[in-house]
Amino acid sequence: MSDPFLHNLLSIEDLGEEGIAKVIALADVFAEVNKRAIPKVPALRGKTVALAFFEDSTRTRLSFETAARRLSADTITLGKTGSSLNKGESIRDTVRTLEAIGADCLVIRHPCAGVPEQVARWTNISVVNAGDGWHEHPTQALIDCYTLVNMRRLGWPEEDVTGNSRTSESLGSQGESPSPREHAPEELPLRGIKIGIVGDIKHSRVARSDSIAFSRLGAQVVLVSTPPLLPTSLSFWPVEVVHDLDSVIGDLDVLYLLRIQTERGGGRVIPTLREYSLLYALNSSRRALLPRHALIMHPGPVNRGVEVSYDLVDAPSSLVLKQVANGVPIRMAVLYMLLAASGGLQLDSDASLSTAMTHVETGEWMAYSEDTEHRSSGSSTPSVSGQAGERAGV
Amino acid sequence: MGERERRTILLGSRRVGIFVPKAQVMSAAEVRRALTRMTHEIAERNQGGSEVVVVGLQTGGVPLAQKLAATFEEIEGSSVFLGSLDVALYRDDIGLRPVLPEATTYIPCDITGKVVVLVDDVIYTGRTVRAALGALGDFGRPKAVQLAVMVDRGHRELPIRPDFVGKNLPTRRDEMVDVSLEGVVIGDLFER
Repeated sequence: MSDPFLHNLLSIEDLGEEGIAKVIALADVFAEVNKRAIPKVPALRGKTVALAFFEDSTRTRLSFETAARRLSADTITLGKTGSSLNKGESIRDTVRTLEAIGADCLVIRHPCAGVPEQVARWTNISVVNAGDGWHEHPTQALIDCYTLVNMRRLGWPEEDVTGNSRTSESLGSQGESPSPREHAPEELPLRGIKIGIVGDIKHSRVARSDSIAFSRLGAQVVLVSTPPLLPTSLSFWPVEVVHDLDSVIGDLDVLYLLRIQTERGGGRVIPTLREYSLLYALNSSRRALLPRHALIMHPGPVNRGVEVSYDLVDAPSSLVLKQVANGVPIRMAVLYMLLAASGGLQLDSDASLSTAMTHVETGEWMAYSEDTEHRSSGSSTPSVSGQAGERAGV
Repeated sequence: MGERERRTILLGSRRVGIFVPKAQVMSAAEVRRALTRMTHEIAERNQGGSEVVVVGLQTGGVPLAQKLAATFEEIEGSSVFLGSLDVALYRDDIGLRPVLPEATTYIPCDITGKVVVLVDDVIYTGRTVRAALGALGDFGRPKAVQLAVMVDRGHRELPIRPDFVGKNLPTRRDEMVDVSLEGVVIGDLFER
């Protein structure tokens, strides 16, 4: 990524730990917008966001659409049915059509891994990966990080936060209660948290993106599943692997449940869903083994009775609906980062979260007269400071 | 000019220029007196101000608004609502100015039917205030909006006029005015 402005979001690795922290900081801004009487800002007026979902989706599509509209962008939606793909048009031609119509950003979901990356090579407009096959789902990982960081700001895991109370808000640079500065910037926000991801890891793009993102933020990730539901090679994943859920459940701070992805063959590699449920589902007896402070997460859609028993989805310690709610501010943050002319927040290699927070010293000094605008646009040519080679490994 | 020194100006993480101060035009005491006078004017205009919401514009207006609200309480013996507003998402030049995560928006109450006093450090082109008026509309329908600024440096590009002014300070467009509770300094901005 030589461009200091983020242009595409194809993998959670496009961001790194600094980028994740910036998306979270920006999501705080948009979370406040969402609480207003009129939760809409003109930030992306005149921009068009194309939503191309070649695979079923409820949460992701709806929250991307809501996010775009709350930023005053226009949306155009394309599904797997009802488009000319069914008449034999290729994805490439479909993408070029969307570009010709005037889309500024393409949010794409596809059952095949790598399609968003390939599409990004064909087009100059920004591409956001909204889930590609077994590969990645970066915005879901951002949502999950944001959800857990918000819990940490409320004092979890030391304090019981399963009640939905929010502390009082104060004015000024200290900001609202979830202030990103409550943790020192050098302290990774999820350090010391142990997260168990349980279920169909092999076919789960969420597991892959989450493992990377959680560990980037300092959490310890344990994948818990039976060998047929684990990827063949895990040597590049920053995780620990366990086959027996009951042996680790007592140490977990977060139990992250996944659905068996029957549409990708997850149901075929295990004998029966019933047997799977006996070994890996969260039921009331396993709930008793979980520490009291532990939180339950699930990216949805939930198959109640398979990976989790009916009532536990709605338990106070379940963050499932918080995850969905956080989808809107996170996706607003992502769209704003990609589409605002300045890149919203800049992703310099040398820019830490604290420098991004440096005050502009006076309000009006940046002359918004025409001549200055010329100069600004001239001088805003990014000074390419090489992205530190921190992207290896995962 | 005192202890004020040249310093780098950052916009988000981007370094955009160096501010070289050349003259102190208001001392800390003068800023304090101007704020006190403006507070009296605001109280007089709004009959004591039981319905006044003081809103500082991020980021320069916020400390002034805090000081103004505190002075208001001293003078009138009653408290006023105090809030902050970031207009980065409402500007007509969106993107030139990145959103700063610490520049929070906090509106303390329903502003419908209230008198909102916007507070900023400098009024220049008027575009920040235009954006702020748009933003306020998303929170409610105030009975009136008034504008208090410490420095009016001229060069308006929109039909906007402040109601309460600390000091009128004619400037050139290539100059920069730095306002804080410690004083007002005028200088040159050298872009890099």
